[in-house]
Amino acid sequence: MNLGLTEEQEMLKTSARDFLEKECPKQLVRQLDESDKGYSPELWRKMAELGWMGLVFPEKYGGSGGSFLDLIVLLEAMGYNILPGPFLSTVVLGGLTILAAGSEEQKKEFLPKVANGEMIFTLALTEPSADYNAASIKTKATARNDGYVINGTKLFVPDANVADYILCVARTKEGKNPEDGVAVFLVDAKSPGVKCTLLKTLARDKQCEIIFDNVTVPKKNILGKPGQGWSIVKDTLQKATVAKCAEMVGGAQAALEMAVRYAKERVQFGRPIGSFQAIQHYCANMVTDVDGSRFITYKAAWEVSEGLPATMDVAIAKAWTSEAYGRVTLLAHQIFGAIGFTMDHDIHLYYRRAKAGEIMFGDGDFQRTIVASELGL
Amino acid sequence: MDFRFSEKEEAFRREVEDFIKKELPADWTEKNIYWPGGYGTLVEFEELNSHIEQFRHRLAEKGWLTISWPKEYGGAGQTNIEQAIFHERMSYYRAPAGEVATLIGGPTIMLFGNEEMRREWLPRIAKGETRFWLAYSEPNAGSDLASLQTRAVEDGDDLIINGQKIWSTVAHVSHYAWMVVRTDPAAPPHKGITLLIVDNKSPGVTIRPLINICGFHSFNEVFFDNVRVPKKNIVGERNKGWYYLMVALDFERLVIPMGGFRRTFEEITQYAKETKHNGQPLSHEPLIRNKLAEIAIQIEVAYMFFWQTAWMLDKGLVPNIEASVLKLVTTELSQKLANAGMQVMGHYGQLERNSKWSPLRGRVSAGYLDCISALVGAGTSEIQRNIIAMRGLGLPRG
Repeated sequence: MNLGLTEEQEMLKTSARDFLEKECPKQLVRQLDESDKGYSPELWRKMAELGWMGLVFPEKYGGSGGSFLDLIVLLEAMGYNILPGPFLSTVVLGGLTILAAGSEEQKKEFLPKVANGEMIFTLALTEPSADYNAASIKTKATARNDGYVINGTKLFVPDANVADYILCVARTKEGKNPEDGVAVFLVDAKSPGVKCTLLKTLARDKQCEIIFDNVTVPKKNILGKPGQGWSIVKDTLQKATVAKCAEMVGGAQAALEMAVRYAKERVQFGRPIGSFQAIQHYCANMVTDVDGSRFITYKAAWEVSEGLPATMDVAIAKAWTSEAYGRVTLLAHQIFGAIGFTMDHDIHLYYRRAKAGEIMFGDGDFQRTIVASELGL
Repeated sequence: MDFRFSEKEEAFRREVEDFIKKELPADWTEKNIYWPGGYGTLVEFEELNSHIEQFRHRLAEKGWLTISWPKEYGGAGQTNIEQAIFHERMSYYRAPAGEVATLIGGPTIMLFGNEEMRREWLPRIAKGETRFWLAYSEPNAGSDLASLQTRAVEDGDDLIINGQKIWSTVAHVSHYAWMVVRTDPAAPPHKGITLLIVDNKSPGVTIRPLINICGFHSFNEVFFDNVRVPKKNIVGERNKGWYYLMVALDFERLVIPMGGFRRTFEEITQYAKETKHNGQPLSHEPLIRNKLAEIAIQIEVAYMFFWQTAWMLDKGLVPNIEASVLKLVTTELSQKLANAGMQVMGHYGQLERNSKWSPLRGRVSAGYLDCISALVGAGTSEIQRNIIAMRGLGLPRG
């Protein structure tokens, strides 16, 4: 058993934290939160130059051949700094899906552009039912001439507002088993008939409605085999879920540190409030939640990285981390008191993200249904 | 990172498992009622005492009774990960293992006792011949242990002890008290405490049973009335007992019944699968599924703290936060597991173990009572959180 990061991973973590602290101060975070774009092209370019977008892709596609676990280390650092932008969407939902399921031609065409920061991707999966199961895929792809015509509405699609390409999950065939007859299409976001509307959300993350109105897609833009797309989606969801956990672990760590720092400084009744047992116990609960989230997230990430069965541990990690991040930020608010309730203070940025992260890719209740099935209940 | 056991660790795990299966009586699971994390249903209080002695003897032969000890003192010289594997497997099978003498007494004597004391005590402890009980708590010194009042006064080559200890688990089935007494009442509380070993058979020692809410005689109150103890029984230096106590906390960091939680959870899960309610297995009910999934998640997270603590110790790191959190989350898990079990079993959960109707031989109903002790014994949850906050996060003392 070896539960430590490698030296390279430790370096990546430190350098990523240092870079983001300098290049993405909270002032920029707020500015991006309030903007329609939600990311800074300049910062995006610098991240690409550091090799972050290509970290996890093989060298022949313009990447540096890192592991999924390396990516998780980077995502934790991004979460720590609450970096806004389409990194997870582009690299995990887009790039890793293409890497896992795309043809050689598709990989050669798209992955170098992901790796060098040229293209932004996302995955249009959920629909108005807001479920993460195959039965919820109602968007239709009808074969016509040399391609398909897509019709339907996708909802809560992250970062579609700035995406160059959208991986659209659509149904090519109705059948008994909802998992059959699903396909994943690479759709140029500028295709006629794609209408994207930005939704205003609690966390100011950029989630969108996309209406596909007779959108034509050439046959060569199907990922994998038509009708067998759901296994692609499941694989991507697993990676994206762990990736989201890593972001949340980073955010929770930051919220904990802010609260502990404040508890040591803030004086009431003539002494720091951190000397009061009530506050101490809040902090003890927070660190329990943060460390537990980190350990279980890294276990799940390691399984994914090694290609081992990970369904159970990914669901466990997401169930625990989702709810832990919420508890941590709530307690942090309690410690900050009234100042934390002001827009000027930063803690609400974490509190908002905790809720968005909890919901994205399935909340605790949803994950527990997976855990129960895995237990054979 | 590699969450797998190495080949050596895996081989050791199998060796432990084979040993337990061979040496434990076949009806062990039927008879003992141990609840993970609790202090009131420890197997020692069962009618299995002769089996327990025999098992301990076999453990001692293997060197596993003192698994945490270095080789030079007759221990197994194993890594912390291996020790964790050992405790995990032992608790999974609810097997009796170390106690105060092997876990705390021996290692403390190794560090702080003089050569004579080491020669006198360590071999007997390693053979499983000598058992200690922990004489710490007093009626007015619980969480505030440093305020203890039991006095020891010098008299020639002896000390004379007067006072009372309480919540003295297994005192009635042990041989010696591993005891802290006040030797310098003028000094600040932490600096006037001495650690020593007292023979249960000394004149003036009176042990009275206390019956816990599970109905077992697990702990006692013990009175010391002019009890004479030779000075050579003092561990280390006089008035440094508090320091030795704090160091000794490190010795039991991995003695956490992780396997016990997993085992009991598996049994409750099995029950939910096999038991029908309105023609449907209980395991099909969404609320039951959600509850059991929640417990599975908490067990997995607790396991992470367990392995992390062991791994850090092997790396020479100090798991200040991790070890206290491990204690905290596992004792709270003890209570959550009992509550989940009761929820799954409904009416049947309340039946005691003698009823032909009682599921899992009444283990959960006993556990529902015993889990109360988990959050109180060996440092309450509140004290654990204080330690995490002050020692782990550096928050100021109140």
